[in-house]
Formats: sequence, structure tokens, C-alpha cells
Amino acid sequence: MPYTIDINGVRRTVDVDGDMPLLWVLRDVLDLKGSKYGCGIGLCGACTVHLDGSPTRSCMLPISGIGLAKVVTIEGIGETPLGRRIQGAWLDIDVIQCGYCQAGQIMSAAALLARTPHPNDRDIDRAMAGTLCRCGTYPRIRAAIKKAAGLSIADTRTP
Amino acid sequence: MTAPGRKAAVTSVQPRGAGASRRVFLTASAALGGGLLLHAVLPDLACAETAHRRLATARPLNAFIAIAPDGIVTIIAKNPEIGQGVKTMLPMLIAEELDVDWKDVRTEQADLDVAKYGRQFAGGSTATPLNWEPMRRVGAAGRAMLVAAAARIWGVAPSACSTAAGIVHHAASGRTLSYGVLVEKAALLPVPNLETVRLKDPKDFTIIGQPLPGVDNRSIVTGKPLFGIDVASPGMLYAVFEKCPVFGGKVGRANTDAIKRLSGVRDAFVVEGGNNPLGLVGGVAIVADSWWAASKARKQLQVTWDEGPTAEQSSAGFASAAQELAKRPPARWLRRDGDAAAAFARAARTIEAAYFYPFLAHLDLEPQNCTARVRAGKVEIWAPTQDPEGGARMVAATLRVPESNVLVHVTRVGGGFGRRLRNDYMAEAAWIARQVGRPVKLLWSRQDDIQHDFYRPAGFHFLKGGVKGDGTLVALTDHFVTFGHGDQVAASAGLGQTEFPAQFVDNLEFGMSLLPLGVPTGPLRAPGANALAFVFQSFLDELAHVAGKDPLAFHLALLGRRREPLNASAGSNPEHGLDAGRLRGVLELVAEKSGWTKRHLLPKGTGMGIASYFCHLGYFAEVVRATVVSSGTVKVDKVWVAGDIGSQIINPSNAENQVQGAVLDGIGEALGQAITIERGRVVEANFDTVPLLRIHQAPPVEVHFRITEHPPTGLGEPALPPVIPALCNAIFAATGKRIRSLPIDTTQLRRA
Ligand code: FES
Ligand code: FES
Repeated sequence: MPYTIDINGVRRTVDVDGDMPLLWVLRDVLDLKGSKYGCGIGLCGACTVHLDGSPTRSCMLPISGIGLAKVVTIEGIGETPLGRRIQGAWLDIDVIQCGYCQAGQIMSAAALLARTPHPNDRDIDRAMAGTLCRCGTYPRIRAAIKKAAGLSIADTRTP
Repeated sequence: MTAPGRKAAVTSVQPRGAGASRRVFLTASAALGGGLLLHAVLPDLACAETAHRRLATARPLNAFIAIAPDGIVTIIAKNPEIGQGVKTMLPMLIAEELDVDWKDVRTEQADLDVAKYGRQFAGGSTATPLNWEPMRRVGAAGRAMLVAAAARIWGVAPSACSTAAGIVHHAASGRTLSYGVLVEKAALLPVPNLETVRLKDPKDFTIIGQPLPGVDNRSIVTGKPLFGIDVASPGMLYAVFEKCPVFGGKVGRANTDAIKRLSGVRDAFVVEGGNNPLGLVGGVAIVADSWWAASKARKQLQVTWDEGPTAEQSSAGFASAAQELAKRPPARWLRRDGDAAAAFARAARTIEAAYFYPFLAHLDLEPQNCTARVRAGKVEIWAPTQDPEGGARMVAATLRVPESNVLVHVTRVGGGFGRRLRNDYMAEAAWIARQVGRPVKLLWSRQDDIQHDFYRPAGFHFLKGGVKGDGTLVALTDHFVTFGHGDQVAASAGLGQTEFPAQFVDNLEFGMSLLPLGVPTGPLRAPGANALAFVFQSFLDELAHVAGKDPLAFHLALLGRRREPLNASAGSNPEHGLDAGRLRGVLELVAEKSGWTKRHLLPKGTGMGIASYFCHLGYFAEVVRATVVSSGTVKVDKVWVAGDIGSQIINPSNAENQVQGAVLDGIGEALGQAITIERGRVVEANFDTVPLLRIHQAPPVEVHFRITEHPPTGLGEPALPPVIPALCNAIFAATGKRIRSLPIDTTQLRRA
């Protein structure tokens, strides 16, 4: 059946089964392929989008459950000053290895900084622990978040 | 995803001076759009004859460089980008010698065409050693042609001209011409001899040695489609493929008729499959309008499997069989030096220890996938692969079409780690696409990916070591129980005759016994080394403690017994053998950087461990500082790394990233990963039971390089192996408990 959802500020109508997860609507119906599939059950965070600003695993979110909530994806996050700043920090720090997890990382980081503009290491751990990076770019993800927050990027957890 | 049409070759020039194996053959052609294309055929360095044959049969040529009139330079990156940074690094080598400004460079991923580009694979940390010189020579030849063109126009000697940032200068007259203006003329000039073309003095490098960001970074942070999973082809359908959970099993019956009636499903059918476990195996394909519809239909799939002969195998069974084998002498000897039994009898102290490590999966974050289109006997493939050539060969063999009918577009790859050196998913996609007569994107679920991998083989080592009264290691023996069939050791399950500390201990025996195995095995990042470093570097730490020595001093003393590079037998490259001096160098550097001598000041429950390893031509020593809390939980506080990969760090930003990633990968494996076999199948199915390291577990990793006078070598792998024993040795230092089995069992570390 048809569902109309607000994605990156644009209302889009799709005719799909109500149990189809948002991830697959985005990727295979709306051709927004930035959100990634990694596990399908909420364990990796590669599919993270914002639902009214909250980081949400789109692989677990049926299209019928979205209603009027506003969806923002990696394709739209650069529209906000914060999102742009985070993308810039990611480029400055050269975070990326394979890059497959990074949409999820950036969306998780954007949600963190929206709530906690000056996060400490524990805040970063808590907000980012759900988003796996198989390549191990964690030191640079941490640095890039701090950079986007205007903090010193030095890792001071262990002298 | 398709190659740009302007790559067409127009003229070709015969290479000069045939004979040597380390040559790059180069021909030039004018591009249709007026750009300069340098077409190089890079012979496989180990296989010059093949290259000669290729040239003799005048196979198509290929382009590495194109320069537009506005000076924008397009450089082809020939190898798959799996996160190791080659799509940036290989073009850096060309751009350096071409002498252009990096900001004017665009890079483009090559499709598979080995006749044009030479070998195109991502594995074994080989991109740097194999391409360091050939790619620079490609750039230098291009520069020489541009200079020659300018010199002709001005009527001056080429030697009177210089270049910088894409411009040729004639100092005497103050004239300049840009590459973009010169390119048409340059393309018509003879190609210089690549053997003699001048390379820059490294002190003049402006690109090599700079910390340059990855060329795809901007596309990635904005969510552009780059990966295999993102490929779309008009009219494409989506497929899932269910295989027998037991390796080597076959389909008996399947309810495909019922599946075909489900919503969104276009087709469902049994694929017979062949006997190669790393090729097309038997299973059931479901093809639907969306991947979600195919996956949903799969939940109702009922298959009776013929599970085959290995359905009784289990990890527990392997462990007890290994214990039994250990009671007997090894089935074969790999090496016997001196007289170990006599040396043990004379030793002041001896210890015995059994070490174990489990099967591991690759866990690429992008699950295996492939998009295929088959039309009129021609196969077009889009795939994340580390070995497009092997994949094309497999697809051709599976579909019984000539290899020349298989075109492979290499996408960006969401993690390789060795998994995509085998291309079973390509064969599956091609088969399914041919059957349905439409383009098909096959995507494995995470469960498919974990349960239909080939695995880092488990292994059992039964070790004995003896030290003299003065602390010298006098004897060491290992009975390695591993896997294989008959006399044939399973893939990546072997032990080399020169495994350290072989050749450094007078009385040493390596023996081996094999267990039969139905589970496919193969390379995982730093194959062999990722397991053997744990075993030998941990056991040497045990011996150091038995000898009453500082582990660092113990290692340095052991290495001090040999000075010359080993394995430098006639004909083999001396760089390929362990150079004890380089290993000592990184050990000393990491000790200095980590404050090794001050470790007695650490609080109770915190310890430091050290380990080193040589593999993939790289030398790494690492120190881990870890804290074990009373619950037994291990917290890795920090890791210090010292590496020696030769004279030049090509891209320091990527180099640090790779090393940090390798170290964190090793920590993740040690802390939690294992694949369990029960009833012939893999038990684990997702990241809950095979945990990848998460950010709160990732310590700071401080990376140092020791620059030495050796050709630069690769980084994807050699930084991984030492971190695992360094961590286990740190846990021993913190708790007095020795980790002899992976993953680390924290319940053993609990303090009452
Ligand atoms: S794909 Fe959604 S959390 Fe992994
Ligand atoms: S960069 Fe590869 S998974 Fe994170």
C-alpha cells in the first residue's frame, strides 16, 4: 500500500508492503544508497538514519511505523550546519578506510553532537558504541567528533 | 560503472630492450579528445614469460594517464580499493614522477583488464612492493614525453627544461608551457625507455610522503553510491541464495513452487552446483522485485538437504582428536635441528604448553554481493572483489563461456581482509542472472556471510622449550596439529620451516599432524601469521619468564645470534628473508616509545606486554598496556607500534590509519572472536555472537616508523600479528595468568 514519508525534507510516496524496513525502501525503492546494510538486526549501525533527530536503525524500522516523523539520511545531513561541520571534520581527519560504515558513523555522530555539543570520551563511547567499524577507524572517528565539536583532538585517555 | 570511451588506444609503440623481468612496457596513443594516454603493460614481476607472450599476441593496451587541455590529469588506479588506500596511493606514485599538482589529479578505478594493467588484485600487502617502481616509471615516462614536446616547440634541448606542477619551464628563456597545452604533441612522440627513464631523487618528492586524504572521502561522507551493494542496472532483479548449512551438502527437495507464488517473487529454483566449495555450490535461488521480498520469501523456504560426509564434524571433536594426536609423534617432521631431546635433558629448566586458536570469519562489513548481467553469452559483472581476475576465471568456468566474454567492473569494496580473494558470490550471481535472463543483484545476508565463509583455520600447538642456567634458549619443539586431507595441508593451515624462532635456536623441531576437515579454509588478514605470532611470541614470553629475563632482553638476545638476512639462498630475494637487525630495531624503538623500562611503576592489575613479528616483508614490534579488573574484564589501555617497512612511507595519513586498524582488528579477534563448528556447520550467525571491536574497547594506538634503506613494502597486514601476543603477554604481566587459548576467556582472569 502507499506510504508517504518525509525524507530529507521532501515528501516521498512509495507503494510497498507495510513491513518493509525503511532501509530497503531507501536503498531499493528511493535510490538513496548511502545508508548501508550490515547485519539487519540492529547490531552494526551501518543503516543509521535520524528519525525526528534520534539515531535510528533503519533496518529494523518498518515503513508503516514512520508516520509523520521526519527522516534524515546521510544524503541529507549536509543540509544542516552541524552535519556539514561533521562531514568537514571527517575529511580533515581522513577518517575513512573502506568507508562502508561511515554513513552510520556520521549519522550517529550528528545525533550525539546535536544533543551534546561538547562531548567527553565517555559521551562518545556511549553514543558511538552501536556503530561498528570493521576497519578500526575508531581513533579517527573519535578525533573527528572532537574536531567537529571544536575540542582538542588529542586522545588523552591513557597518558 | 563503465569505462570511459576515451580510453581507446590509437597507436602503439613496441617496447624496447626486452628481457628483464622488472620492466614496464609502455606505449603511447593520442586520446580521442586530445588527451595523452600512456598505455603500459606491466608484466607480472614473477612471470616475465607470460608478459612476453601477451605482447607477442598483441593484446589490447591500456591507459594510466590522461591529461585534459585544462591540465586536469586523470590517473587510473588499477587495483581494487578495499580500504587499504591503493586508489589514492598508486596514482600518487604516477603523479609524483609525472610532476603534477595533486589537486589537479582525478583518479579512476580500472575495470579488470590484466593485459592492459598487469596483475590487479588486493592481497598479501603486495601493492607497494610490486608497484613502487613500475608506477613511478609510468609517470616519469609521461613527464619525459611532455618535456620532449616542449623542447621541440622551443628548439632547445630537453635537458635544458625542467618541470613543476604540470608546467614545463625553460629557465634560460623564461618560457613555460603547460601539460594541458603540450599533451597533443607529446602523445605523438616516441616513448622513452622505461628502464632508463630518470626517476626523481626522493628528496625532491612533493606528493610521495605527504599525508593525502583518500580520493573517495567526499563521496563517502555524502553517501554517494560507490560499493558493490550500491550497483543498479536497468531492469535489475534481486536475489538471495540459500545453501546447505553443512559445507559440501546438496539440495534434496525444495518447495520452490510455493515460494514462486509469494508476493514480489519472480522466480525460485534449485541450483545443482559443483564440488568446489569456493565456487558455485548447490542451493536454492529466490529472485524477487526487491531484496526484502526475496528475503521475506526465504523465511518460508523449506529444503531437505543431503548433508554429505562431514556433517558429524565439530570444534569439540577436533579438540579431543588433537589431544589424542599430541600423545603420538607428529605424522611428519617439517624441521629437525640439533638434538632437542638431549638438549632438554641438559636444560636448567623446561616447560610444556598447549596453545589453541579458533576458526575465524572475515566479517567484511559489506556482505558478499555481486550484480551480473548475461546477454548472448556475454557476462557483465559488477563486484566488490579483491581478485577480479580469479573471479572472471571462475565465472567463465562455471558458465562455460570464454574468459574473454566476462567483463568485470570493480567497485569500491566494503572490507576485504582476504575474503574477496575468492569469488563464489560472483559465480552465484552470474548463474542466477543467466537463468532469469535479467540483470540480478545477489546479496548475502549477514548470516550467509558468516556461515558460508572460508575460515582462518583453528590450530593446536603442543610446545616444549628449555633454557640453560644463563637464561639462553637451547631447545624448542612444536607438534602442530592442524587440518588437511591426506598429505595436503588445508589452505592457510600450514607452518613454514622458517617460522621464527627456527634458525635462531640450535635444537629445534617442528612436527605436524593433520585432522580431516570439511570446512573450507583460507587467508584472513596476515594469514598464518595472525595465529602463529600468538603461539610463538607468547611461548617465548613464557620462556623469558622461566629464564628470569626481561622479555625484551630475551628477544634481543635471541635475535642477536644471527646477523645476516636469512633465506637469502641463490636466486631468492634477500629482502624476503627475516633480517634480525630490522626486527631488533623495531623492538628497541617500541621499547623506547612505550617506556618499557618503567613498567614496574604501573599500578597493580595493569601490565605491559611486548611482541614482534616479521611478515609480508614488514617488521613490527608492539607493546600493549592492559588492565584486568577484578571481574576479569580486560581493558586495553594503549598500544605502541614500531614498524619498519623500508625507506619511504608513501602516505603517512593512510599508513597510520592502516596500522591502527590492523592493531584494533587483532585486539578484536583476541578479545572475542571464534567460529564454532557443530554438526558440520557454523553455529554463529551475526555480530552478537561474533563480536567486532567497538569504539569503547578501542585504545589509543601510537604509531612510529623506523625508516631504513630498504625498498618500501606494504602495510595492510604486518601490523596485525604482534598485537595479539603483546596483549596476552600484558595480561600475564598484570595477572600472572597465561593466555594459551583464544579468544581470551575472561572468567579465568577473575579475582576471587
Ligand atoms: S544493518 Fe541495521 S544495524 Fe546493522
Ligand atoms: S571504514 Fe571500513 S568498516 Fe569502517
